[in-house]
Amino acid sequence: MPSLKDLRNRISSVTATRKITKAMQMVAAAKLRRAQTAAEAARPYADKMSAVLSNLAAGQMSGGGEGASPLIAGTGSDQVHLLVVATAERGLCGAFNSSIVRLARQQARDLINQGKEVKILTVGKKGYDQLKRDMASRIVDTVEFRAVKSIGYVQAEEVSAKVMAMFEAGEFDVCTLYYAAFRSVISQVPTAQQLIPAKFEVSEDPVFYEYEPDENAILDDLLPRNLTVQVFKALLENAASEQGARMAAMDNATRNAGEMIDGLTLSYNRQRQAQITKELIEIISGAEAL
Amino acid sequence: MAEAFPFELVSPERQLVAGEATQVVVPGAEGQFTVLANHAPFLSTLKPGVLEVTMADGSTDRIFVRGGFADANPGGLTLLAEEAQRVADMDVGSLDQAIQNAREDIADAKDDETKTAAETRLAQLEEVKAVL
Repeated sequence: MPSLKDLRNRISSVTATRKITKAMQMVAAAKLRRAQTAAEAARPYADKMSAVLSNLAAGQMSGGGEGASPLIAGTGSDQVHLLVVATAERGLCGAFNSSIVRLARQQARDLINQGKEVKILTVGKKGYDQLKRDMASRIVDTVEFRAVKSIGYVQAEEVSAKVMAMFEAGEFDVCTLYYAAFRSVISQVPTAQQLIPAKFEVSEDPVFYEYEPDENAILDDLLPRNLTVQVFKALLENAASEQGARMAAMDNATRNAGEMIDGLTLSYNRQRQAQITKELIEIISGAEAL
Repeated sequence: MAEAFPFELVSPERQLVAGEATQVVVPGAEGQFTVLANHAPFLSTLKPGVLEVTMADGSTDRIFVRGGFADANPGGLTLLAEEAQRVADMDVGSLDQAIQNAREDIADAKDDETKTAAETRLAQLEEVKAVL
C-alpha cells in the first residue's frame, strides 16, 4: 500500500503529464489545420499534371509503348525494387510511423521471398530507426527533414532528385512510395503508390493537342516533374496525417491521465479518511482505558 | 470588348490566379505566344520569363514564371509553373543584393555541393534579372 506522500507525488506527476499531452494535442490541432490547407493548395497542380500526362501517355502507349520513356513504360524488368518509405521526424503520434513501416516491411519481405532485390530509401528519421533493425543492409540512402519547419516543394525535389539519379544509373527497375494518406483526423491509411513506371488513368476521349516542342520533348520534361509533384503530394499528406495521428494519440493520453488522476485521488482520499478514523479510534480507546 | 476565358495560374504550393482573362502572353519554350478566347488545344513548355495577363475587368498583371507548362484549350488556359511571382512584388534592389550574396557564397563554398547549389541560385537570379 503506497503511503499518502507517495500518492500525492503520483497525482502531481500525472497532472503534469496531462498538461503536457494537452498542450501537444492543441499544438498538433493548429499544425494540422495548416498542413491541411497546404495539402489542399497543392491539389490543383497535381490534378492538372496527371490530367495532362494521362493524355500524353495515352498517345504514347497506344503506339504499343515503342520508344516510350522508361519512366512510364518501365525498364522491361522488375528485378530490383526501390521502396521509398516516408515517415515523420518525430514520434508520439500513435501508430502512425509503425503502420507505414509495417506495410513497407511486409511488401519488402514478399518481394524478397519472390527472389527480387529490394533497396530502401527512407525519408524521415523514425522510418529509418525502425527499418534499420532488420533491413539495415538494404537501406541505400536516407533523407531527413529535421530542420525543416514545413514541407515545401524544395524538399520534394531533394527526394525526387535522388530517385531520378538512381534510376538513371540503372540501380532499380520499379519504385514504390509508402506514405499515410489522410482520410480524416482519426483515420490515416498507409498507402503504397508506384512511382516508376508511372501509372495513369487513361482518359476515355483524349483531346488532340498541338505540342510545342514536340510530344516526346514535353513528356521528357514533364515526367521527372511529375515524380516531384507526386512525392510532394505524398509528403504533404504525410504531414497532415502525422498531425492528425498525434492529435488523436494525445487526446487519448490526456483522457487516460484524467482517469488515472481520478483513481489516484479516490484512493488518496480513502486512505486519508482511514488514517483519521484510525487516529480517532486510538484516542477514544485510550480515553476509555483510563 | 474582347471575349473572356477562364485563366488559372498554379504553382505546386498554391493557386496564384484564377479568374476570367481576355488576353495572356505566355513565354513559351519556342517563343512567346498570345492566348485569346477559344484557342485551339495547345500545350507548350515554358521558359523563364514574364507572363502578361489582361483580366476581363481590364486590369493587367505581369508575373514572372519559371519551369512548367501552359495548357490552352477551348475550356480556358491553365498555367502550371514551378515558380511564379508578381513582378510588382519583386524589388530590383533586393535582387541585386541576392545576386551579390550568391556570388559571395560561390567564392566561400568549401565543398562541391554547396558550390553547385550557390551557382544554381545565381543562375536563377540572373535569369530573373535578365527578363525584368
